[in-house]
Amino acid sequence: MQDYWQTLALTLRLATLTTLLLLGIGTALAYWLAYTRSRIKPLAEVLVGLPLVLPPTVLGFYLLLAFSPDTGLGRFLQHTLGLRLNFTFTGILIGSLLYSLPFMVQPLQAGFERLPPSLAEAAATLGKSRLTTLWRVLLPNCKPALLSGIVLTFAHTIGEFGVVLMIGGNIAGQTRVASIAIYDAVESQHYAQANAYSLVLVGLALLLLLLLSWLTKRRSNYSA
Amino acid sequence: MLDFHLIKALHSAAGPATLDVHLAIRPGEFVALYGPSGAGKTTLLRLLAGLTRPEAGYLRAGEQVWYDDKRRVWLPPAHRSIGFVFQDYALFPNMTVQQNLAFALPRQQNQAIVPELLTLTGLEALAHRYPSQLSGGQQQRVALARALARRPRLLLLDEPLAAVDYPTRQHLQQALRHAHHEFNLTTILVSHDPAEVHALADRVIELDLGRVRQDGPPTLLPTPTSISITQATIVKILPGNQARVRLASDGSTLLITLPNDGYPYQPGQLLTLRPSAWEVCPPVDNKL
Repeated sequence: MQDYWQTLALTLRLATLTTLLLLGIGTALAYWLAYTRSRIKPLAEVLVGLPLVLPPTVLGFYLLLAFSPDTGLGRFLQHTLGLRLNFTFTGILIGSLLYSLPFMVQPLQAGFERLPPSLAEAAATLGKSRLTTLWRVLLPNCKPALLSGIVLTFAHTIGEFGVVLMIGGNIAGQTRVASIAIYDAVESQHYAQANAYSLVLVGLALLLLLLLSWLTKRRSNYSA
Repeated sequence: MLDFHLIKALHSAAGPATLDVHLAIRPGEFVALYGPSGAGKTTLLRLLAGLTRPEAGYLRAGEQVWYDDKRRVWLPPAHRSIGFVFQDYALFPNMTVQQNLAFALPRQQNQAIVPELLTLTGLEALAHRYPSQLSGGQQQRVALARALARRPRLLLLDEPLAAVDYPTRQHLQQALRHAHHEFNLTTILVSHDPAEVHALADRVIELDLGRVRQDGPPTLLPTPTSISITQATIVKILPGNQARVRLASDGSTLLITLPNDGYPYQPGQLLTLRPSAWEVCPPVDNKL
């Protein structure tokens, strides 16, 4: 029983941390993608969108290799930074950040691009810095995009399986998230246990989708 | 006040052209940029504001260099003392009228100017409304007040009165003239309406395909006599508040939109027409 709650708590911790970190990283990236005229923009967009089409196990496999001490990067992480990422919580957190990146970046980028360019220009003629403009003008006017980015990222991270299994394995209290616990329970024929996890995930998914539809239906000045 | 020579490629509907304009504008002047669409009026205004980057040339405002191609100087719009009124108003939808004005102030500046601006533009009663709750004319006044909040030396207006009806337009022209004097502004207005140019500007610069065609007093432009106030008789009332009228001056007929003021308009009535209340339509057969 203690194991059950520990696994659910770990799942929620992973999803919450991923969402919070992506809120920062994703906003910066979406802002850059929406306003840059750089020639590498198409490439950057493809890379951000890659986790959408790539099998999670493939992403997990390459991360596993990258994090392992047999590679240059892995040695650098382990010996220079003291970071052991395979089969740790930090490792699955980094995997989740990459895996859920498009779910935060894409709605936000679309939100920024939907705003009339004159809003940012008006702020510039009023002497405002780009950061002030982003914080006070752009983000408040793409709230629906921001909210759907948050909800989608959170929900997507909860349901993650392949990446976590590849780089995290199944260590209770460290890397065993709900979806892995379900697989594990079914493997050992503990159907009641699998059901207990599954019901919570179904409830959570319904709740999040309801929240999303409620948030996006609410009137907003520039929502599509 | 302004001394510039700006060069920039134009991509207009009429094909590619080059904007190449060399001008000096004195402090306190009210200048209208006039010309057909695609002439480069808005592009020139955006170059002055720093919203678009020129390809070559220079731009000096008083002692300050805002742009110099040779010396590699470029001052971004946030560092130029300008007020800019956008064609689509560009009010911040997440802020009330008052918050839009307060946001425009530098961080340390006294907020006392906000109520002052609200009074100047007649917006006191609307201070706590959001832009989506305002009419076009009201939004335009907010945009003007917001552009004045930083007390700029240069006010740039991109066809600010194009989308509002005639009475609102007159009211706004008055507010603009008033602000121009009250704030000691140098004002540059983009317009393709000769009546508006005559009403506001003391100098008109006519652009065509990126070049200055004429530069002088507004009397250079065709005087709007042909479209001045005239009398007309209603010939026929049409659906949708439209009416066909015969002009007293030359007997030609026009299609006009009647004001939606509840007055029982009937054929045979004599009306007074003002320029922006009607639009010209091709001659029709004699049955009307």
